[in-house]
Amino acid sequence: MKIIVGLKQVPARDSLLRTGASGRWIDESDLAFEINEPDAYALEAGLQLKEKHGGEVVVISAGPARAAASVREALAKGADRAIHIEEEDPGRWDTLGAARLLASAIAPEKPDLVLTGLQSDDLGYGQTGVVLAELLGMPHATIIMEIEKLDGSIRVKRELEDGWFQHIEMPLPALLTIQSGFSKLRYATLMGIKKARTKEVRRLTATELGASPSASVEIERVYLPQKSKQTEILDGSAKETAAKLVERLRFGARVL
Amino acid sequence: MSILVILEQREGNWHRMSFETLAAAGRIGRDLSLPVSAAVAGKEVAGLAGSLSGPKLEKIYAVEHALLEPYTPDGCTKALEQLIRHAGPALVLLPHTYRVRDFAPKLATRFERVLVSDVVAHKIEEGRPVFVRQLFQGKLNADVRFTTPAPNFASIQAGAYRADAEGERGAPVETFRPELSESDIRTQPKDLFRESQQGVDLSSAGMIVSVGRGIRERANIAIVEQLAKELGAELAASRPICDNGWLPMERQVGSSGQTVAPKLYVAVGISGAIQHLVGMKGSKTIVAINKDPEAPIFEVADYGIVGDLFEVVPALVDELRKAKA
Repeated sequence: MKIIVGLKQVPARDSLLRTGASGRWIDESDLAFEINEPDAYALEAGLQLKEKHGGEVVVISAGPARAAASVREALAKGADRAIHIEEEDPGRWDTLGAARLLASAIAPEKPDLVLTGLQSDDLGYGQTGVVLAELLGMPHATIIMEIEKLDGSIRVKRELEDGWFQHIEMPLPALLTIQSGFSKLRYATLMGIKKARTKEVRRLTATELGASPSASVEIERVYLPQKSKQTEILDGSAKETAAKLVERLRFGARVL
Repeated sequence: MSILVILEQREGNWHRMSFETLAAAGRIGRDLSLPVSAAVAGKEVAGLAGSLSGPKLEKIYAVEHALLEPYTPDGCTKALEQLIRHAGPALVLLPHTYRVRDFAPKLATRFERVLVSDVVAHKIEEGRPVFVRQLFQGKLNADVRFTTPAPNFASIQAGAYRADAEGERGAPVETFRPELSESDIRTQPKDLFRESQQGVDLSSAGMIVSVGRGIRERANIAIVEQLAKELGAELAASRPICDNGWLPMERQVGSSGQTVAPKLYVAVGISGAIQHLVGMKGSKTIVAINKDPEAPIFEVADYGIVGDLFEVVPALVDELRKAKA
């Protein structure tokens, strides 16, 4: 089975974020970056399928030069090769434009299965996978927790709201968006890191792919959210704050 | 030109977010002086459509076809694409449900549009809508606007708009029959199921102590368990804790777990991603303990302690014991 895994590099989860000079995006200068967590689960799903059924896992990422570190990490974890679409200014591409960029690199690979995380931790649109499926003409299912390969088709377990699930069957090729917690994530081994150095990374540009940027949705401004509630922040040592809280809960909120 | 709201139903029951999206459309429609219509898709939905109440609607489309049930992204997209071409709305609003996340990006792509998903508020600038949505798991907000002509697409986050308590009824129902064939539908959905009988009903708990990623290791959960015991509270968790198997799935609070509204909710080491917040923000009193002062959980908290949970939680247990003595 030939599996393509789309992954995005995003600011590390515990980053302290500041608005950048333009006011339209964050200041990225002092940030650490990592593989978008749901995409890391998509990679894990792809690697497990390959281990069970054979084939190849190809990772694809569109992003600036720094994204090469995340691509390497995916190779070190066991992906066979990678496609890195180098784009220094991802902000020029809306969801549809970015999906077109990815689709134009994925289509010639003729994959059996395309996997992405269900959403990115930065923009959080949660759409790239579904739009890709439409552009590639593939059936899809979202928020997937399990994948079982059948003969020429797959059976997946999809998560729904309020603790409900559903199985869905569909023919291959298909696209799935993977939920965080699909399975335990593996770490790259020393051997894996060593091997990754010799694996193929194909670098492409938007121009080579014949794609041009589009911005049908524009971010006008990013800012810290206003509090919807009056929050009282309790100051002091651990002991002091604990004492204050108990006092507030007993006599203020009267819940104790 | 009008606003078209796509409502969601399953087996003749409305998804509650349908009403929140109707309320959002009512307000946006008033602000932009646009009439509002609604649509619901299914096998036989004209009766359900006729029972709808909410803001004043110009029309309710009952999009009917046997192949629309059970739901599939292929069938739903093709039917709604035809409806939108027929109705010609300026703006299509959808509830940001799991189902909408499954088909709406595909639907918008049919019109070469980008869905602005998970909207929490709107404002009007120069006669055009600007939508507010969250970035970075709720750490930042962004104002976004469309640069494309009609139709544009946006989905509304759970709880962002309050559904109208009462409303108007009796908007005319127009049945719309899309062209669909079996070959359009490539996926085969099976029956819905639940993993286990939910043994723990967190929704009836008076107090909940909930633990998140900040706990770092499974063994550390005992610290938070101690606090729950001292309070006589149920122990719950955010998704990553249950994903790791550190607590059973039935103790998960959030969009994929249980929705709770106890009189006291103590969030320990939970950053407050929106998927968690939608499951607990109705709690009467919310306490947040987190080391990151910018964690979104503080936005919904009544009392916040910015600090190391490994120091604060044991201190809290001590103080509670003292208060009891």
